Amino acid sequence: MTSLKPSEGPAYSRIYSFGARRGENVVTNDDIAGPINSSDEWIRQRTGIITRRRGTAEESVIDLAVDAAAQAIERAGIDPQEIGAVLMSTVTYFRQTPSAAAIVADRVGANPAAAWDISAACAGYTYGIAQADALVRAGTAKYVLVVGAEKMSDFIDPTDRSISFLLGDGAGAAIVGPSETPGISKTIWGSDGSRAEAIGQTHSWDALRENPELGWPTLRQDGPSVFKWAGFKMANYAIEAIEAAGLTPDDIDVFAPHQANMRIIDQMIKQINLPESVVVGRDIADTGNTSAASIPLAIDRLLEEGQAKSGDLCLQIGFGAGLVYAAQVVVLP
Amino acid sequence: MAYTEQEVLAGLAEIVAEETGLPTDTITAEKSFVDDLDIDSLSIMTIVTHAEDKFDVTIPDDAAKDFNLVGDAVNFIVGAQA
Repeated sequence: MTSLKPSEGPAYSRIYSFGARRGENVVTNDDIAGPINSSDEWIRQRTGIITRRRGTAEESVIDLAVDAAAQAIERAGIDPQEIGAVLMSTVTYFRQTPSAAAIVADRVGANPAAAWDISAACAGYTYGIAQADALVRAGTAKYVLVVGAEKMSDFIDPTDRSISFLLGDGAGAAIVGPSETPGISKTIWGSDGSRAEAIGQTHSWDALRENPELGWPTLRQDGPSVFKWAGFKMANYAIEAIEAAGLTPDDIDVFAPHQANMRIIDQMIKQINLPESVVVGRDIADTGNTSAASIPLAIDRLLEEGQAKSGDLCLQIGFGAGLVYAAQVVVLP
Repeated sequence: MAYTEQEVLAGLAEIVAEETGLPTDTITAEKSFVDDLDIDSLSIMTIVTHAEDKFDVTIPDDAAKDFNLVGDAVNFIVGAQA
């Protein structure tokens, strides 16, 4: 009997490089405190954010993605034509179709790589790493470009006290490729659609079509509920990811959680019981919450500033609207 | 074995003290989390989560958001033990 030849790939994958691009404008707490009847002190105490980066009117989410991706490709030292798949995680691209990923692939010289968008909000980058790991090891793509890119400022309401004041714009990218040693652990991931209303768009596009008076949709969240879910439940999944990697919290060198809120980060550190020696991504302090971009931006910064180094074991966990989450341990490039 | 109202108050006061650094004897049933103890909505969720573990009860987020006084949380936990 004739049988199919299955795809074959390398035993392991790893991250080769990161790339980063933040919105051009620096927006202070004082710049945004007025419409939410707040203050610099309240925002710092509540979120740990001092400034956030936001794009100019001329910068699109694709522009941000292309810049981060081009830097990651250059640092990886690969020919973009060797990229077999481009995964773009975003919730702020204006078109239902075509995908942003196909356009990014073309603009970075990776055409005709397979390309598609991921809608997993703030977990989008770690969802992308999970897929890239599987694609490389299956032999479906030699290299995969994972980009998390958001222009959150296109979906903010200056009078909203739940989430808008947290949000920033930026893009982070990673190249994943074959490895002779394990570089990406098993991903612990999932979703809970019963809590879809906890974070999301104020109203749907069809509701806007029916009633134009609703105006442009923006983002909202149930802050206290999300804090409890993220600070405690996500810590349990992070511990599962550490165990799935055959490690203990003491083995972790770097912790790069989604940059949602500094208090969530601190709560997770406590719940996971990470040692004080662990280097923690705290890019939120002056970049803000950039959703799918936040983890690669935080890691890139730690590497660039010398706080993290090549070979470090990095626990990364994304979580957000869906609700969705994904965590894995990676070896830093 | 169900905890008495006094035991819940004492246990909750320990949790609040751990979260805020306030002395336990200042954490009484008639105190307001926000106005008297200066605890914000995020810290209340931390306290609620630790209380769920300590007293083996489930406190829905919507119920927690309605806690004004420390006594409100005590009454909820006592009732939820049944």
